[in-house]
Amino acid sequence: MKIDIILAGVGGQGILSIATIVGYAAVKRGMFMKQAEVHGMSQRGGDVQSHFRLSDQEIASDLIPMGKADMIISVEPMESLRYLPWLNKETGWLITNDQPFVNIPNYPDFDKLSAELDGLKNKVVINADQIAKDLGSARSANMVILGAASPYLGIPFEEIEDAVRENFARKGEDIVNTNIACLRAGREFAEKR
Amino acid sequence: MSKTLFLGDEAVAQAALDAGLSGVYAYPGTPSTEITEFIQNSKQGRAGEVHSIWAGNEKTAMESAIGMSYAGKRAMVCMKHVGLNVAADPFMNSAITGANGGLVVVVADDPSMHSSQDEQDSRYYAKFALIPSFEPSNQQEAYDITYAAFDYSEKYNTPVLIRLTTRLSHSRSGVERKAERPQNELHLLDNKKQFILLPAIARVNYRNLLGKQDAFENESLNSPYNKYIDGDDKKMGVIASGIAYNYLMENFDGKCPYPVLKISQYPLPKKLIEKMVDECETVLVAEEGYPFIEEQVRGLLNRTGKIIGRLSGELPRDGELNPNLVAKALGLPDTYGAPVPELVVPRPPALCVGCPHIDSYNAINAAMEKYGAGKVFADIGCYTLGALPPYNAIYTTVDMGASITMAKGAADAGMRPVLAVIGDSTFTHSGMTSLLDCIYENTPVTVMILDNSTTGMTGGQDSHALGVLGEICKGLGVKEEHIHRITPLKAQHEENVALIQKELEYEGVSVIIPTRECIQTLSRRMKKQQAAKKN
Repeated sequence: MKIDIILAGVGGQGILSIATIVGYAAVKRGMFMKQAEVHGMSQRGGDVQSHFRLSDQEIASDLIPMGKADMIISVEPMESLRYLPWLNKETGWLITNDQPFVNIPNYPDFDKLSAELDGLKNKVVINADQIAKDLGSARSANMVILGAASPYLGIPFEEIEDAVRENFARKGEDIVNTNIACLRAGREFAEKR
Repeated sequence: MSKTLFLGDEAVAQAALDAGLSGVYAYPGTPSTEITEFIQNSKQGRAGEVHSIWAGNEKTAMESAIGMSYAGKRAMVCMKHVGLNVAADPFMNSAITGANGGLVVVVADDPSMHSSQDEQDSRYYAKFALIPSFEPSNQQEAYDITYAAFDYSEKYNTPVLIRLTTRLSHSRSGVERKAERPQNELHLLDNKKQFILLPAIARVNYRNLLGKQDAFENESLNSPYNKYIDGDDKKMGVIASGIAYNYLMENFDGKCPYPVLKISQYPLPKKLIEKMVDECETVLVAEEGYPFIEEQVRGLLNRTGKIIGRLSGELPRDGELNPNLVAKALGLPDTYGAPVPELVVPRPPALCVGCPHIDSYNAINAAMEKYGAGKVFADIGCYTLGALPPYNAIYTTVDMGASITMAKGAADAGMRPVLAVIGDSTFTHSGMTSLLDCIYENTPVTVMILDNSTTGMTGGQDSHALGVLGEICKGLGVKEEHIHRITPLKAQHEENVALIQKELEYEGVSVIIPTRECIQTLSRRMKKQQAAKKN
C-alpha cells in the first residue's frame, strides 16, 4: 500500500500537525514515511506545502512526482487548487476547508473559487472553521480536515484517534477531547456525502 | 531496533551526539538551523554536557570548533551555504592545520533559493580545501555518515565536510540509531606546532594534506555510500549524487535498467566513474546543485560528448531537481495533473500582523519621501520583506552586514542622504566592523538597527546584542548625541519620522535603534508565562 499526499495551507494554519499525527499512526503500523516540509522565510504568511508519503515499501523520493499524488489535504480553498498539477487526474482526491484565508489584496472571488472546486471529480469540501467553532475550538479546524480525509488514508480510524490523543496528551484532557470531537465530525461529514 | 522520525538536520544532530560530540558551533540560517536547535534541546545540550550556544557568526563558530578540535574533543560546526563564505578563512586554513579531535563541518545548501540569495554548491569548497566531503541521500545516511565522519576526521587528522540540501534537511523519515560513544578526553597533538600556520610550518602541513589525497580517494572507492549498481541496458549509465539518486530510483520503482553509480562521498572515485564511462554509450549525471561532477567527468573539451546533464541541457542548469525533471532527462514520459486554475494567485510571505518592522518601514518611507528613491540599503532578515509591496522601502540586500558598508560606499560616491537598515542579530553578525569603517572616516550615514531582540527569520534564536546595542555603538565610537532608541509604534510615527530626518541631515554617523520585541517571540513568551501560571 502506498499513499502520497500534498498538505497545503498558509503559514501558521497547522498543516504540519496533520502530518505529525498521520505520521505517528503510520510509523506505529510499521509503514515507511517521508515528509518534506517548508521552513524559513516562506512561513511568514505565505503559501506552505508539505509532501507526505506513506508506504509499506521503502520510499525513494522525498518529493511526490507531479500527477501522482493520491490526495491533496488543504486547510484553505485557494491553496488546495495550487497543487492540482501534483494530483492524479483520475483517481486523486481533494479534501479542503472552504473558508478562505484572505491576507492578500487580490484574493480571488469566493463564488468563482467555489465553482472551481465544484468542477473537480473527487472532492470533499467542508466548512471546517464552523464545525470546529461549534465544537468549542476554532483552532482545531485542521483536525476537522484530517477527519474528512481519514476514510481515504487506509489507516483504521481508531489508530488515527490514538495518534490525536498522543499528540495532544500533554495539553490536557479537555484539549484532547475537543480535537477528537473535531476529528469525528470531519469523518462523519465525509461519510455522509 | 526501532526507528525514530528525524528531519535530515535532526539525524545529523543525533548522530553527532551519539558519536561523542563535545560542542556544536553555529549561526542560525535556513535550512541548517534545526541541527543546532536539536542539540540545544537534547538531554546533553540542556545539561550543558555538550556546548550548543549560538555563535556570533559562522566565522567565530568555525574558529571555536577548530579550537575544540585542537583541544582533542569532537566538534561540529553548522551553517547554511552562504555562511561558509563568512567562515571561508578559518575553513580553508583548517585544512592546513588539520584536526585533532574530530572536526565536522555541516553545510546546508539551498538550491532553488527557497530562503537564500544564491544557490552556491558547497562541494566546491571541500574540493578547494582538498578535504573529503559527504552528500547523504536520505535521513539514515545523514545519520550514518555523520556518525562515521568524526572517525574519518580523526583517522586522517583532517576536517571533513557534510553537504546537505534543503529537501534532505527539511524532510522527515525513520532513522535507526547506533550505540552512544563517550566524549573524547582533553588531549593535545604530539606535534605542538601543527596549528601554527607560519609559512615554514604551513608548507609542511600543506604537503602532508596533498599526500593524503590518494588515501581520501581510496576511501571514496571503498565507501559504503558510493555504490556501483550494474544494469543490463548499457545504452545509458547514470551517475546520481545525494538526493538526485532518490529521484532517479523513484522513476524505476527501485530497479533501474541502466548501470547506476550512486555518489555520496568525495573526492570522486575515479575508477568507478571510468568503469561507467567505458561501459555505457551515454552517461547522465544527475546532481542537486551545480554541475560539479558533470564538469569534472566531461572535462573542459568534452571530447567524448557522451556525458550529459545540466551542462548539456538534458537537465536544467539551475534550480533543484525533482522526479519529473529526472524522468525527462531519462527519456521517460513526463507526468502532470490538472493545470493550476487561473484564479489562483501568488501568496508571497509577508511581515506578521503587529510586526515592529511595519512601523519602522512606515516611518522610513515617510522620512525618505522627499529625498527620492534608491537611498535605503538593507540587509538579511525578516525586514528584507520591506522590498515587497506595500512598503517598497529598500533597494539592496546582498550579504550579512552589507547594508552599512554599501551605504558607506554610496556616501563616498557622493550620495546624500543614505540610510542603512539592519537587524540587531545581523548587526552583531557582521555589521559592527562596517560601522567602525564609517566611524573611522566620519562618513555621513544613518544606520537604523531594527532591534526586535531576536533572530526572527530563523525562528527566534537569542540575539547577541540583547539590551546592549546602544553600548556597542557607543563603544565603537558613535557620538552619544547621535545614538537614539525609538519605539516603532503608530502613536510615535510623527516623532520617529522627524528624528530620522534630523539625523539624515547630519554629516556624520548616526544610529537609530527602533526597539520592540518580535511579535512571534513575544507571543511564545506570553504563552509560556501563562502555562507557568497555570501550573
